[in-house]
Amino acid sequence: MFNRNYKEKTIESVLFSVSVLTVVILFLICLFLFRDSLLLFKETSLLDFLTGKFWYPTSVNRQFGLLPLLLGSLIVTAGAIIFAVPLGIASAIYISEIAPPKVAEALKPFIEILAGIPSVVFGFFGLVILVPIVKDLFNLPTGQTALTGSIMLGIMSLPTIITISEDAISSVPSTIKHGSLALGATRWQTIYKVIVPAALSGISAAVMLGIGRAIGETMTLMMVTGNTAVIPSFPEGILDPVRTMTATIALEMGEVPQGSAHFHALFAVGTVLFIITFLINLIADLIKKRYRFKVD
Amino acid sequence: MELGSNVNENNFKSIRARGGLNIGLNARTSEKLAFALLTLSAMTTAGFVVIILAYIIYNGYSAISIEFLTEMPRMRMTQGGIYPAIVGTVYLIIGSMAAALPTGIMAAVYLNEYAGENRTTWLIEMAISNLAGTPSVVFGLFGLALFVKYFGFGSSLLASCLTLSLLIIPVIIRSTQEALIAVPNEYRESSLALGISKWQTIRHVVLPAAIPGIVTGTILSIGRVAGETAPILLTGAAYFLPRLPDSIYSGFMALPYHLFVLATSGTNITQTRPLQYGTALVLLMIVLGLNLIAVLIRRHYRQKLKI
Repeated sequence: MFNRNYKEKTIESVLFSVSVLTVVILFLICLFLFRDSLLLFKETSLLDFLTGKFWYPTSVNRQFGLLPLLLGSLIVTAGAIIFAVPLGIASAIYISEIAPPKVAEALKPFIEILAGIPSVVFGFFGLVILVPIVKDLFNLPTGQTALTGSIMLGIMSLPTIITISEDAISSVPSTIKHGSLALGATRWQTIYKVIVPAALSGISAAVMLGIGRAIGETMTLMMVTGNTAVIPSFPEGILDPVRTMTATIALEMGEVPQGSAHFHALFAVGTVLFIITFLINLIADLIKKRYRFKVD
Repeated sequence: MELGSNVNENNFKSIRARGGLNIGLNARTSEKLAFALLTLSAMTTAGFVVIILAYIIYNGYSAISIEFLTEMPRMRMTQGGIYPAIVGTVYLIIGSMAAALPTGIMAAVYLNEYAGENRTTWLIEMAISNLAGTPSVVFGLFGLALFVKYFGFGSSLLASCLTLSLLIIPVIIRSTQEALIAVPNEYRESSLALGISKWQTIRHVVLPAAIPGIVTGTILSIGRVAGETAPILLTGAAYFLPRLPDSIYSGFMALPYHLFVLATSGTNITQTRPLQYGTALVLLMIVLGLNLIAVLIRRHYRQKLKI
């Protein structure tokens, strides 16, 4: 009996240590990103990095200004969200509230496939199809623009937005729904006055996670946005090439000597990206918690 | 008579126009309009999928042949096949799953079967959802700093496998947790009531019941490993390497990175388009094939449960 208890305890502590590993990994990610980033600030001050308007990592007067990359990421993400959010939420409403069960079942695999397509394939598709279209449509010198990136990114963040919104919409208690219908409201009135407001926090979490997914995307943007590190003008800059934070890391890391200031600058960019997505996830988590509480 | 009926109809119309019925009519029209828009949105989403798949399949299938799948790239990658890239991707899958699968399942078992509601559990849950939301390029940077530099593995298969495993551990934990939650509590209770210990119950009762869900999650994360590019780009994928990796410390080619290289920086990008389509199609087939298997497994077991 003692032996058996001992074995049970051992197994439990092994399992416990493995799950604590996730916390350790997160901690190590912070540690290693911060460690290599901090070395940059021997050369450039933190303020210069955060507010610098120029990213000239290889010129004689090298400058590591984050702004062009940060704004590049933001403009592409904003563009993606502007069309992916309405489209995603509308699709989610259709699937969970309007579509006949058979149609809804038939649509779900499409969304799973969309989520499964590798980002480099999206990038390739964007490069050979969308880039020429954008170029001809707006009569531009190049079709590799922020807009092209936004469109591809929007399509890519649809599955995240749809799946999570759909979850939120279908977990609205049917008693509320039936109550509204029984009062004589049409199905559409019930959807936009009762169901969507009730699912709003879940839908907001979906939007946040969609933004998180979009801002961290690398390969697609590297292939379709042209990668020019200048501060994008607004709003006409949507038709100019931009360079995102993610693309900068992936593009330049292969060419920099390890341990150089440029190397550390790329880690600093990665740290900023990590902090941004960390905050976005945290907000999404908090929204979801509140939502669960409400339904209970 | 005729006149009378006309008057009546007009009266009725005017009542409808003035009265509350009018709102009902408008509501119905706006409902029709709204439903049409919502339907259109869903169809647009599905349309994107169809267009992307159709385009890649249409252009890619003619490039695929036995030689394409089994030969080394030749003439600075303008001819030949993608054999080393396929093998590299398979190695990545095996390596990263070997590391991530036991870790992910064990963590999920702890969280679902043992963990109480306390600060440590909260911390672990928070870490998992944050890892799940961390961009893959950040994992790449971390893998570069920890595995390539700090542990001295160099740009290698080993470093890339470990980096990818970190990326999919949260995915495996989440899907395993879902599978475990779906196992009815009666299973656990009746086993424990028979005097079987907790671990024995988990091993012989709970885990077997959760296997379909775990397998589905695993297959989906294999698809993720096959398609990830940014992490391997930073930790070991080679631009061009006309041989198979001979040890876990050597560099390797992989399908997604190969596609990226051919499409953006290869020699003669327009001339090698067929190779690019072919590579994209092979990658897509692997990932979607895995997705299909996952869907079939899920459907199979769901039907079994119904019976």
